[in-house]
Amino acid sequence: MDKQNWEPKIAAFVCNWCTYTGADLAGTSRLKYPANCKLIRVMCSGSIDPVFILKAFERGADGVLVSGCHPNDCHYNAGNFHARRRWDFFHELMDFIGIEKGRLQFSWISASEGKKFADVITKVTEDIKAMGPFTAYKKMNSEFTIDFPEEPFEILKPVFQENSDKETV
Amino acid sequence: MKIGVFICHCGENISSTVDCPRVADVCRGYSGVEYSVDYKYMCSDPGQNLIKNAIHKYDLDAIVVGSCSPHMHERTFRNAAVSAGINPFMVEIANLREHCSWVHDDIEASSRKAIELMRMAIEKVKRDKPLTKIKVPVTKRVLVIGGGIAGIQAALDTANAGYEVVLVEKEPSIGGHMSQLSETFPTLDCSQCILTPRMVEVHQHPKIKLMTYSEVERVEGFIGNFKVTIKKKARHINEDKCSGCGMCITKCPIKKKAYNSFEEDLAFRPAVYVPFPQAIPNIPVIDETVCTYYKTGKCGMCLKVCDREAIDFAQKDTMHVADVGAIIVATGFKLYNIEKKSGDSKYKGYGEYGYGKYRDVIDGLQFERIASASGPTSGEIKRPSDGRVPKKIAFIQCVGSRDDSKGISYCSKICCMYTAKQAMLYRHKVHDGEAYIFYMDIRAGGKMYEEFVRRAIEEDKVKYIRGRVSRIYEEDGKYIVKGEDTLAGMPVEIDADMVVLATAMIPQDGAESLARTIGIPYDKYGFFNEAHPKLRPVESTTAGVFLAGACQSPKDIPESVSMASAAASKAIILFANDTLEREPVVAKVNEDICAGCFYCMKVCPYGAVEVKDVKDMNGIVYKEVAYINQGVCQGCGTCTATCLSKSIELAGFNNEEIFAEIAAL
Repeated sequence: MDKQNWEPKIAAFVCNWCTYTGADLAGTSRLKYPANCKLIRVMCSGSIDPVFILKAFERGADGVLVSGCHPNDCHYNAGNFHARRRWDFFHELMDFIGIEKGRLQFSWISASEGKKFADVITKVTEDIKAMGPFTAYKKMNSEFTIDFPEEPFEILKPVFQENSDKETV
Repeated sequence: MKIGVFICHCGENISSTVDCPRVADVCRGYSGVEYSVDYKYMCSDPGQNLIKNAIHKYDLDAIVVGSCSPHMHERTFRNAAVSAGINPFMVEIANLREHCSWVHDDIEASSRKAIELMRMAIEKVKRDKPLTKIKVPVTKRVLVIGGGIAGIQAALDTANAGYEVVLVEKEPSIGGHMSQLSETFPTLDCSQCILTPRMVEVHQHPKIKLMTYSEVERVEGFIGNFKVTIKKKARHINEDKCSGCGMCITKCPIKKKAYNSFEEDLAFRPAVYVPFPQAIPNIPVIDETVCTYYKTGKCGMCLKVCDREAIDFAQKDTMHVADVGAIIVATGFKLYNIEKKSGDSKYKGYGEYGYGKYRDVIDGLQFERIASASGPTSGEIKRPSDGRVPKKIAFIQCVGSRDDSKGISYCSKICCMYTAKQAMLYRHKVHDGEAYIFYMDIRAGGKMYEEFVRRAIEEDKVKYIRGRVSRIYEEDGKYIVKGEDTLAGMPVEIDADMVVLATAMIPQDGAESLARTIGIPYDKYGFFNEAHPKLRPVESTTAGVFLAGACQSPKDIPESVSMASAAASKAIILFANDTLEREPVVAKVNEDICAGCFYCMKVCPYGAVEVKDVKDMNGIVYKEVAYINQGVCQGCGTCTATCLSKSIELAGFNNEEIFAEIAAL
């Protein structure tokens, strides 16, 4: 893989009320940040299962960001406390399962912190870029059958060509 | 499954950095996508019709819209889907505007990201299941927290609409700060004269249950169905027996051990007291911290003089539970306590003004009490230190407010007006007195407000000096106010007899802990956040919780009153329906594989998890499983991540859906 042109793929698990809204604010404020990170919205950071994070690495993510409301600001009162405990524990296990700790990052981002969201995404992207691609889990097979070609440019091609001649309105 | 994909250009908001036709083209190639199109404004009427027609024409089962944030138009597109016969939860939104086109400059990178976001949404929608909204009953009773003018107005409006109200006030009497004021700007009518009839009305209203000397301890539940636990502090007086004759107060031998907080510490009160003569309810409170009975077990003077046997030294705090459908928070403000030093407060103090050191350097509320006819001086303007009539008063505005270096950057809004009023009152009462006002700017926005300030300057000859005061010190019984006149460009020095500081309004004590109890957000100062600063100013972000008065930001009386009426009408709108529709995003247990460990019960913040017995055909219980009460579940999903056997699913965000999104990254 060409290291020069390599762009990391980052998955962010964010809660609906704080970080997702904070990301909306970053957009409304037209703040710029790298396009490597894609958000997966869940209702509360407390519902983020460590398996999600493992699955993300398995499906080709080079880094994962997990973010929710600040402690005491949880929309559901206590979800982020459960999340924090779970992540701390999971973070400790990461070396053991063969993922560098830096590939999983956490941050509290509230709905009013659009600037912080942009900064965090920029920093995470830079960190992951510096660490290089994560390949250890790529060969693991998954029970999921959605297969997309790995090369970034390939994904732009339709998977099923036969439909592509349908009319456009 | 047939999926329709709709890519919005949002005028040029999305299409300027995302190649929308290309995104639509690529999406058309994904398995399951039957139809894919891009259009200039999907949310417009023609755009929505495009969606509806496509649903009919291609017999679509689900749609994915690539547009702005789901927080913006998810409802619009769901409604469009419903009107074309699709379940609203078979609609997914890919956020191509806030999360893509607006934040990236490179067309290639953002187009690629847009395609990936679409792909994630398409994979998710394939696994979405049709859901139906949950109907929940509404308890038509409102809880009002705070018995100041805002709380009083909100309670009266809701009660007059025919709904029951529980009004909780932490002080022994309702009335709040308005009852402490002497006269009000800009009409100079007496504050108590217009407030006390309202207080009486609250007390006598058959629909209002008044709970004074009480605090909200716990709030559970959700919109329409809150369960509130209220702690009623022990008054040590039996409210049912007390007639309010005041005999215990006059006979109490402890006269000078406690400051009267209603008089802003300018006077003393007995150990058994009512805050002020017009208090509602007119039932005294025994202050355990100073009463001799609680220290030595002796005295009991009040017990002897009370012929209705209302004194009850053994009374304990009691807990009361109320079921309410809506909550109106009207906890109000307090004044920035300027003697506080930076150590014990997030604000830096004003040591240079000598507040707390010099007895004649007072704050605005203390001056209100001095000027009030019912106050400690019966309305005569006198110095707290020696009782002399001050011949020269310096008023200083913006003490705390608009001063980043002291920790508060906002404008407290009312100080310009009340300082003008206080200077005017002083000039009316002391004809040969001189009033100086140090100001930064005069902010007199409001009906008749600017005219009022002009009247203070022109008719009452109040002298305004534009500039800040650097220091106040005592010299020969006078207070030397050293400041600057920025218009004349020179230093000024005034030998005042008394100094009044217009200190900043800050949120009431305990505002932040109350916000956490209820589950509403607050800003860095502790003011409660509204749901939208312009369009939803009286709603909090928590459904069913409304805000009124100065707990949201500094406000004057008319603004607090109108906000209270608005909050009341929001509650009344809620009560106009017998049932509420809720989003069906709730957790559900798969009873076949639930192992009955009940870890979910431990983590659920709402207590929605119950134990359910599973019986065999003979009616014998053979295992216990978790059961989630859909009315109580708020859909955070903490249980789904905690569940060891993965037998709990959050509708709309289940594991399969999220794994599909991950797989499509």
